[in-house]
Amino acid sequence: MASDDAEREATGDGIGEASAAVGDEASEQAERDRVAWQLGKSHRKVDAMERMRGVTRYTDDLKLPGMLHAKILRSPHAHARIKSIDSSAALAMPGVFAVVTGQDFKIPYGIIPWTPDENALAVDKVCHVGDGLAALAAVDEDTANAALRAIKVEYDVLKPYFDPEEALKVRDREGTINPYSRKGNVSKHVLLEFGDIEAELARADLVIEGEYFFEGTTHGAIEPHCALAHVDGGGVLTVWSATQVSHYLHRELAKVLELPAHKIRVIQPPLGGAFGGKSEPFDLEFVVAKLAMKTGRPVKLLYTREEVFYAHRGRHPMKMRHRTGFTRDGGLLGVDARTILDGGAYSSFGLVTTYYSGQLMCSPYIFPAYRFDSTRAYTNKPACGPKRGHGSVQPRFAMEIQLDKASVALGLDPIELRRRNAIKAGEKTVNEFQVGSSGFLECLEKVERSSGWVAKRRELPYGRGIGIAGSTYISGTNYPIYPNEMPQAAVQICLDRSGRARVFSGANDIGQGSNTMLAVIVSEELGIPLEDIRVLSADTDLCPVDLGAYSSRITLMVGNACLDAAQRLRRKVCESVAKRWGVSRKRVTLAGRMAIDREDPARHVDSAQAFQWAEADHGLLGETGSYNTPKDRHGEYRGGTIGASPAYSFTAHVAEVEVDAETGLVEVKTIWIAHDCGKALSRKIVEGQIEGSTYMGFGEALMERHAVDPAHRGVHVGPSFLDYRMPTFLDTPDLEAMIVEAPDANGPYGAKEAGEGPLHSSIPAIANAIYDAVGIRLDRLPFSPQTVLAALRQREERERAGQLAPHKPADRESRRSA
Amino acid sequence: MSPAAIMLSMTVNGEPVQVAAPPHWTLLEVLRYRLDLIGSKQGCDKGDCGACTVQIDGVPQLACLTLAIHAEGRAVTTVEGLGLLAGGVHPLQDAFDRHTAAQCGFCTPGILLSAEALLRKRGREVSRAEVCEALAGNLCRCTGYTKIIDAVVDASRVMAGANTQEAGRGE
Ligand code: FES
Ligand code: FES
Repeated sequence: MASDDAEREATGDGIGEASAAVGDEASEQAERDRVAWQLGKSHRKVDAMERMRGVTRYTDDLKLPGMLHAKILRSPHAHARIKSIDSSAALAMPGVFAVVTGQDFKIPYGIIPWTPDENALAVDKVCHVGDGLAALAAVDEDTANAALRAIKVEYDVLKPYFDPEEALKVRDREGTINPYSRKGNVSKHVLLEFGDIEAELARADLVIEGEYFFEGTTHGAIEPHCALAHVDGGGVLTVWSATQVSHYLHRELAKVLELPAHKIRVIQPPLGGAFGGKSEPFDLEFVVAKLAMKTGRPVKLLYTREEVFYAHRGRHPMKMRHRTGFTRDGGLLGVDARTILDGGAYSSFGLVTTYYSGQLMCSPYIFPAYRFDSTRAYTNKPACGPKRGHGSVQPRFAMEIQLDKASVALGLDPIELRRRNAIKAGEKTVNEFQVGSSGFLECLEKVERSSGWVAKRRELPYGRGIGIAGSTYISGTNYPIYPNEMPQAAVQICLDRSGRARVFSGANDIGQGSNTMLAVIVSEELGIPLEDIRVLSADTDLCPVDLGAYSSRITLMVGNACLDAAQRLRRKVCESVAKRWGVSRKRVTLAGRMAIDREDPARHVDSAQAFQWAEADHGLLGETGSYNTPKDRHGEYRGGTIGASPAYSFTAHVAEVEVDAETGLVEVKTIWIAHDCGKALSRKIVEGQIEGSTYMGFGEALMERHAVDPAHRGVHVGPSFLDYRMPTFLDTPDLEAMIVEAPDANGPYGAKEAGEGPLHSSIPAIANAIYDAVGIRLDRLPFSPQTVLAALRQREERERAGQLAPHKPADRESRRSA
Repeated sequence: MSPAAIMLSMTVNGEPVQVAAPPHWTLLEVLRYRLDLIGSKQGCDKGDCGACTVQIDGVPQLACLTLAIHAEGRAVTTVEGLGLLAGGVHPLQDAFDRHTAAQCGFCTPGILLSAEALLRKRGREVSRAEVCEALAGNLCRCTGYTKIIDAVVDASRVMAGANTQEAGRGE
């Protein structure tokens, strides 16, 4: 913060003369010393009450005069060439207004500019069951659905590939799944090596080898994707979409529809959850836009729940092989990781996912050598993409079990083993990322103490166990998706005479509370309560560009931009009040809807008066703030920018489980989570992120499975909330969220991310607890009763064969005799 | 095209309502598309998520699985009517707000209606286990449920307190 402030002072903000510089410095010091009146408190969110009253309009709640409803025809085949599409009968039906096919969307797009490999609707071939190939607009959904059935498609069915390793072997064009791929079914390959991994493993006292499989999971936001488009009289296309990346959607719409960007307005209405599942353009946005252009009418499309499962972009299935070397006292020497990612039919964020599967493993532990070799394959399945904890949740599962195995082999307490290897503030990772702050040790200590770790390790009986895992995550990526020199975040704030503030931000509030976060910062700086602050967000006509809600970037980046603008305004307001009172600016502070004289608190005026004085002095009160990332955080090698972040968060989980050895049922009793978010700007919101993340990881560990069935031509195994089992109120364990604050110099007030990090270690903590309970290592997810039972049987056999000593024998003995 | 509409009469949030809708429409469709009561959400449209939960004659029901004609002559309460029950902001809404129990808020209307039924039935402070039992049919993907349970228990305490006060005044 200090250097940032100095820079802001030095470059000047047009309010003080150069001679005031010395006074300003003292004033900045006073500012820093002032007592926070909003930060770190709990707040009512700025937009929650209207949601609870049922008046908030989410995308599907919007209705325009003359609005039509669209539906998309989807492929029943996993892999097929389209020979012909005949939509004449559909178009002739009463109530049907227009039909579009892939021929209307020949320009390919992709969220990553280097891999534009999908079309809004399939042009020549379909690549997975559920791939869209035609769409139409009709007076209502029933009519649209009936008309879809009248579209005739002739397919040339091709051999589908569901196994990534099999797909990777294919060399011919016929078997190349993605129509734009130039390297067969290799979507991306990354091999990076740091230090001398073979030498480190050779000198290791212990090398643990393990193979792990993380079958995919999906986001499961309760609001399905929805979009509405309308072209106004002036030819401006407005698209309302349940998206978490309005800016990227804006860019891709312009590209595919061949419209200038200024002729398109993208609005993200309040959103019903996303978790990464709405972080790129989907077919429906292009479809409604094109149909609105064709018909001149507003057109809306709401995915069915089944369509959401096929749209997917969820967690990649990963097959992982890890070799991890240790010294006898538990020092981590190196990791050698080999990973196959099952990408599905399109790239999505896959280029980044492939890097993340390796790049994000070099913390929270420090070690001298690392190699990762990750290959992403195209398969005939719905495309995988980013889900909360993008790319690193799967390898974290492998990594943390490896550590647990080592602690058993070395006879070390697993928390102690992690402590010995913990990365410290200011250290550089083996892949050359600069870590600023780190509260990891405090996280470990907090979960150790609150879970009663030491006693439970000794005392829990057979069937009951406790496990630990740690993790780290980024607070935004240092570099945007498309290279440019412009700010990564920008915010505009206006103050008005009634004492209120309006905040314009392009950032997407997806339920995580980013609008409230911005209001808290403005409140803190300008002294007005949250209810006097209006945050207008994610409308490309009204708001400055923001890159969106992904990679946990908003608090750090948009927060910094907001702080920048708010501090400029604060200086103006304080200066004008100081002038009226004939005191120095540093004596004036803003809090409690007032401007107050610090040295004589009895003297104060209300905020409206203070703002009016400032407006009289300066003209209309508006300021912009920008944020760009520091450029010294990454490694100097190809790919060395991917995964580099201005600040890293840290997490530790302890899970306590009970395993029923008769049925294989695992019950997670409690999860203790300590998360270092730098500084909690709004306490309950941060806790909510920790709890929500942990819950999501818990679901992935025990019950969630997103997969297609090769025996049934690649249809989804259960595209509904009944079959895709997400934890209910009754399934979810007690979640004890604890906030750790190791402030980071790059975060606003020191703040880092909280929305994704606390998911990662949830899963391996449960796996490790299951081992502690019954002595089985689960290397495949999810830990269903069948998997657990099979592992228990296997262990029994090995015990009988004398290859393994019984687990927790003392306890089992005493039970047998009881 | 949809078949000819039929006329339905019901009481919605205390008001008598007459509405024409196709006979195969669900209560959720009638509420959202005909009456503009968009507070009831569609998360799955097949009875799996609970986002569409409303009350019919005071009992929580899934509006997406209920044909609108089933509500003929009955009293339907949606989240828009919840405040009315309390003459402003319902203690549940206030507690949800204080505890940040709504993140995206998409599940919240349904959860509020399930919770209200529980609190009315119990008429006293409820336990966390009771809340989990009563809300097991409502999925929330954002919160991990913790803050929702906190809020419902808190609201039950507030309401029980208010009841005791009222009873006290009556004596
Ligand atoms: S929409 Fe009715 S249960 Fe999901
Ligand atoms: S708050 Fe988002 S689903 Fe419950």
